[in-house]
Amino acid sequence: MGDKIIVKNLDLFFDTLQALKSINLRIKTKEILSIIGPANSGKTTFLRTLNRLNELIPYAKLKGEVYLDGKDIYKEDISLPWLRRKVGMVFALPVPLPRTIFENIAYGPKLYGITSKAELTELVEKSLRAAFLWDEVKDRLNESALKLSGGQQQRLCIARTLALEPEVILLDEPCSGLDPISTAKIEEALHELKKEYTIVLVTNNTKQAARVADRVAFFLMGELVEYGQVEQIFTVPKDKRTEDYISGRFG
Amino acid sequence: MKIKPAFTEQIVKKILFISTAFTVLILLFIIFYILKNGLSVIDLEFLLTSPKELGRAGGIFPCIIGTILLPLIAIIIATPLGVGTAIYLTEYKREGRLTRIIRFGTECLAGVPSIIFGLFGFVLFVIYLGFGWSILSGGLTLAFMILPTIIRTSEEAIRAIPYSYREVSLSLGGTKWQTITRVVLPSALPGIVTGVILGIGRSVGETAAVIFTAGSSLRVPASLFDSCRTMAVHFYILAREGISMENAYGTAAILIIAILFINLVSYWLMHRFMAKFS
Repeated sequence: MGDKIIVKNLDLFFDTLQALKSINLRIKTKEILSIIGPANSGKTTFLRTLNRLNELIPYAKLKGEVYLDGKDIYKEDISLPWLRRKVGMVFALPVPLPRTIFENIAYGPKLYGITSKAELTELVEKSLRAAFLWDEVKDRLNESALKLSGGQQQRLCIARTLALEPEVILLDEPCSGLDPISTAKIEEALHELKKEYTIVLVTNNTKQAARVADRVAFFLMGELVEYGQVEQIFTVPKDKRTEDYISGRFG
Repeated sequence: MKIKPAFTEQIVKKILFISTAFTVLILLFIIFYILKNGLSVIDLEFLLTSPKELGRAGGIFPCIIGTILLPLIAIIIATPLGVGTAIYLTEYKREGRLTRIIRFGTECLAGVPSIIFGLFGFVLFVIYLGFGWSILSGGLTLAFMILPTIIRTSEEAIRAIPYSYREVSLSLGGTKWQTITRVVLPSALPGIVTGVILGIGRSVGETAAVIFTAGSSLRVPASLFDSCRTMAVHFYILAREGISMENAYGTAAILIIAILFINLVSYWLMHRFMAKFS
């Protein structure tokens, strides 16, 4: 299958600090690419360059190119709402908006002009089902989303991203604050989602990467050390540093 | 001798209780005293007729109209300006020297005595722009007077909204403006409403700035360019000139009831709105 995202010679600076060092990476259509690496290795920063969320930081400067379906997303004629709808994002900490469950999911579609109640209802149900949350919340869609448990909130956030009908989903350590059962549910959802979406999953948990990913990229101090098939990375890594990290010698 | 922490705790608790009780008692006493002296003169006629003999007899109908119109104009002008400024300072302008200067300026303005605003309004609106002593001049002056309060409280309220809400909205394909109108402002509403209510309270109770700019005519105003007298000014003149202490207290009682009523209605409206959001 073809490449969904191509990253070429990507450098990113926060003022003078270089957070990403000439990253070259291809993300294939409908795969789960997992990004692993210790804290401060640039995983999240890299993820946020894929939907241009780093631009919210005024002193972030970027060099290089990122192509989505062959289109350079850092060109001037790219509309940010369009890009962020295509490349959805789920944050490390679940942030439900202070609204009802229904309104949380419908928030994105309403932004780009879907107003028909029937259409929204259908979209909300479809997204919640895909995020494996529907059965737990179907009778209380009009309750505040803040009342959900942490694991449910994170699945709500996934559903909210799915409601955008994106093509790529970026997940930034989505299970970092969750218990093993909630984590298992999210991994189950990811496994299903892979059939339709290209997924980039940042995780601190190498075992999670081994369980769900097709391919793995290892970041260290802003550098992409190596990336390849999950079996290869976890059995015969080419780089000594990768081997040290996944065998638990540091990180 | 060492004092035990548990003992200190007991003492502090008592002192704090006493100061709270003291504050509440004084407030209740003021309200009680004014209502006791004022309620006796209040009847439908007092509310619905014009004053006779400079206020010695008759009602306060024109003053009620003035008290509604002046703060209304002030709020209609000051709320969009103030909230707009607060949005610009928090969402569109990066924190820096300029925002600090603007913030310092609004803080200074908030501390300027109202009579200075009165003088400013007199020079600008009454004389220079030729509005004369009028509801319009008075309303505009009050608007400038309460603007700093509305800016400061709105800014605080907007700043208190978690950054993550904005990030979520933007990451879902929202523009900056959509994010502000759909996430930031609804969440910041209680704080903004508090500022607006403070503004209403200040402008309803204002005398100095109003006498300078809206005059003190006792006629029922026919247009925005007519002079008028607010209840606060009426009270001031009745008491100051010794015209009628009885009617002064009556006016004061209505003023207090009105402010109480405005507060209750605003908070009720706000809670109804907030219930929709969370």
